[in-house]
Amino acid sequence: MQGLEVRGLSKRFGGLVVSEDIDFDLPPGARKALIGPNGAGKSTFANLVTGILAPTGGSIRFDGQDIAALDEAERVKHGIAKTFQITTLFSGLTVRENLRLPVLERQGQGGRLFRRADSDPKIEAEVEALLAQFDLLALADRPVVDLAYGQQRLVEMALTLALKPRVLILDEPAAGVPSSETHLIIEAIERLPEDLAVLVIEHDMDLVFRVARSIVVLVQGRILTEGTPEEIARNAQVRELYLGGAHG
Amino acid sequence: MTLLLNIAVDGVAYGMILFMIAVGLSVTMGLMRVVNLAHGGFALIGGTLAHWLGTEVGLPFALVLLGAVAGTIVIAMPLERLVYRRIYGFGELQQVLATIGLTFLMIASVNLWQGSSLLSITLPEGLNRSVDLGFRQLTAHRALVIGVGALVILGLWLLLDRTRFGIRLRAAVDNRDTASALGIDTGRIYMLTFALGAGLAALGGILGAELLPIDAYYPLRYMVLFLIVVAIGGLGSILGSFVAALAIGMIETASRYLVPDMATITFFAIVILFLALRPRGLMGRVGA
Amino acid sequence: MTGRLLSIFLILAAGAAAYLLFPYNLAFLTRILIMIVLVLSLDLILGLAGIATLGQAAMYGAGAYAAGLFAIHVWADPVAGLLAGAVAGALLAAVSGAVLMRTQGLTLIMLTIAVAQICAEIANRARGVTGGADGLRGIRPGKVLGLWEFDFIGITGYWYAFAVMLLVFLALAIIARSPFGLSLRGIHESPERMVAIGVSVYRRRLAAYTMGGAIAGIAGALSAQITQLVSLESFSFTLSAEALIMLILGGTGRLYGAILGTVIFMAVHHVAAANDPFNWLFVIGALVLVVVFFLPRGLVALPVSLKRLAKGGRHAGT
Repeated sequence: MQGLEVRGLSKRFGGLVVSEDIDFDLPPGARKALIGPNGAGKSTFANLVTGILAPTGGSIRFDGQDIAALDEAERVKHGIAKTFQITTLFSGLTVRENLRLPVLERQGQGGRLFRRADSDPKIEAEVEALLAQFDLLALADRPVVDLAYGQQRLVEMALTLALKPRVLILDEPAAGVPSSETHLIIEAIERLPEDLAVLVIEHDMDLVFRVARSIVVLVQGRILTEGTPEEIARNAQVRELYLGGAHG
Repeated sequence: MTLLLNIAVDGVAYGMILFMIAVGLSVTMGLMRVVNLAHGGFALIGGTLAHWLGTEVGLPFALVLLGAVAGTIVIAMPLERLVYRRIYGFGELQQVLATIGLTFLMIASVNLWQGSSLLSITLPEGLNRSVDLGFRQLTAHRALVIGVGALVILGLWLLLDRTRFGIRLRAAVDNRDTASALGIDTGRIYMLTFALGAGLAALGGILGAELLPIDAYYPLRYMVLFLIVVAIGGLGSILGSFVAALAIGMIETASRYLVPDMATITFFAIVILFLALRPRGLMGRVGA
Repeated sequence: MTGRLLSIFLILAAGAAAYLLFPYNLAFLTRILIMIVLVLSLDLILGLAGIATLGQAAMYGAGAYAAGLFAIHVWADPVAGLLAGAVAGALLAAVSGAVLMRTQGLTLIMLTIAVAQICAEIANRARGVTGGADGLRGIRPGKVLGLWEFDFIGITGYWYAFAVMLLVFLALAIIARSPFGLSLRGIHESPERMVAIGVSVYRRRLAAYTMGGAIAGIAGALSAQITQLVSLESFSFTLSAEALIMLILGGTGRLYGAILGTVIFMAVHHVAAANDPFNWLFVIGALVLVVVFFLPRGLVALPVSLKRLAKGGRHAGT
């Protein structure tokens, strides 16, 4: 078992401890969810893993290699990618162009000058496959800004998947999506490649219990417990956390 | 040693002028998030009014100063209402363009009224007299500049620290949305702050005319200089602007004394190096 | 492909029509062509990559002085001179951009202005080489491609500038559709996302800035060869600002907006106030405000805006 191995990860902002001594594994094919009340440090954890933030202590290894010193762009090249909590797309570009960009960059063709961006059949085939996978074919030539929010979240996921990551972190994929469209997100997650390691950070418990095979509960920067959805649902501490007024 | 003292005195005088002109720019940029390339235009308007009041109307210097600053404020307030208020929400580029447009209109207006030649500001006899500092002679005018500059920073500090307006202004700089949620009338604060900044620019423009001579192209000629003070001081920081203005005054004066042929280039090189290392300036809290 | 052929045909037709309609204004028409090249360079940097600059004149001036000095001291061949100008513009952009591209917003805008001022100051001080405030004189370019001599009326100059402009336009049209061009649009839309895709935004922006510098250098070189004079004005803030205004007037990011904006601006300039620079400032100041408030996406977006307005309901600018 390789994949992502986090040991003793800590992060302090001045005197404020936001992550403390976190041990965490994400092997290939995993479907894990990270839950916890607001301010538990879920997004901080995701940002530490993807390199947006630098940890104060601990190690992050990926397939046995220490990646803690790499920056965000380099970790992407190693196969660790994260969707954005707040949709950050190329809103003036069409859906197809949004997906073409990461594919081109992954193939190392992003700096080419004297050929058309859409002229490589291999890249175009990959873009089409992504569009099909996320049910976006009908919207492919519309600028992203014209799409409904749920659809934009799908583009967000497709764009990140276009990087062919081996670890995919979905940071609140359903945030802001009307409940009538949440099923689109769930279906999209269910259709992700089998061998991909997936970590979902989410408040929507329906979604979490639908997609996760294992759930990690984070409270005040520490891991409270980890278990299968059934175990977590039965866990008294977790129930208190979510039913005892701290629901968020 | 004398050389260093000379640099210090001239540098401080120069720095005080830069501070008076640029502080309003810094606060409006920090508060309203507007890139205002036309700010130097208010120094030009003040200088032009002072020229007119002094040489054509013939008022005494104190009244010239008062009238010109008041006149600039009277012009600045409707401008804030009619133009600036509309561009606060715009992108950077649109703001740059709009304020360049305003700058061009200011230049053209001053030219239409007073022509394109140098606009001298008559100083009273007393201010041309020299004060003996022991190691050099200093004109009373320069001493006045330093004194007024010190009063301005003191006054601003009192205003911000001791008045309701100051508390509200600081709240608005820190967080606009919270401020308006707390029921602070940000629109009024914007206008008053803008007017104050314009008035100080006029004051600095008039008092600094000896070092930065007034003519119609003034706002373009010194645009970069004023922007540098703001960028180095950090957007929205009054203390930052003050320190930056004094430092820039010193550096520019020192390079004039020490490397007269390469003064401008040395000066810019130092500024660029500094900003490359600290893109947010000395005390910037807002991302530049 | 047909779209590109059509645009080439339209530009050729417009060039020929202007030549036939205003045979006594060739010098002015040539100035327009040179400005178009400069504004096109700005469209690459600002329109595509979204780098806000008010110092494009720095590279223009560097190209002009380089081409002038090259013609005087090295070789009078115009095409070689253009290359010299492009290299000078690219070098200046690469060196200054290495610092500038680390900054953004106000600091970036200010530093671009400062770079142009430094260049003007250097050119002013190095009187022995550049002629200082008197300008660089004595540029005598040779025959274009060894065939066409620069003539008194400016026929060669016009078609030479026209050919260069067309080539620059085509090169930029190709780049705009390339993966590189797409990535610049991506950086313009969302630099954070580009980083998340694994792109060094800094390097991409620097590459774009350098390319824009080369093209601005070509514009400067053209001007040096055709007017046979380079003055300190080549570095002026007004030139940078006017180029920016022309681009915004026409509309950014679409290349033909740069052509449209430049032609209209220069024509207005010509008619309105060429003899009185101050009254001209009234016109341009008002023009800028009108564009910012009523035409934020430029003239090329006018038909779309009007159509949406006519349909009613939908907001014109999203």
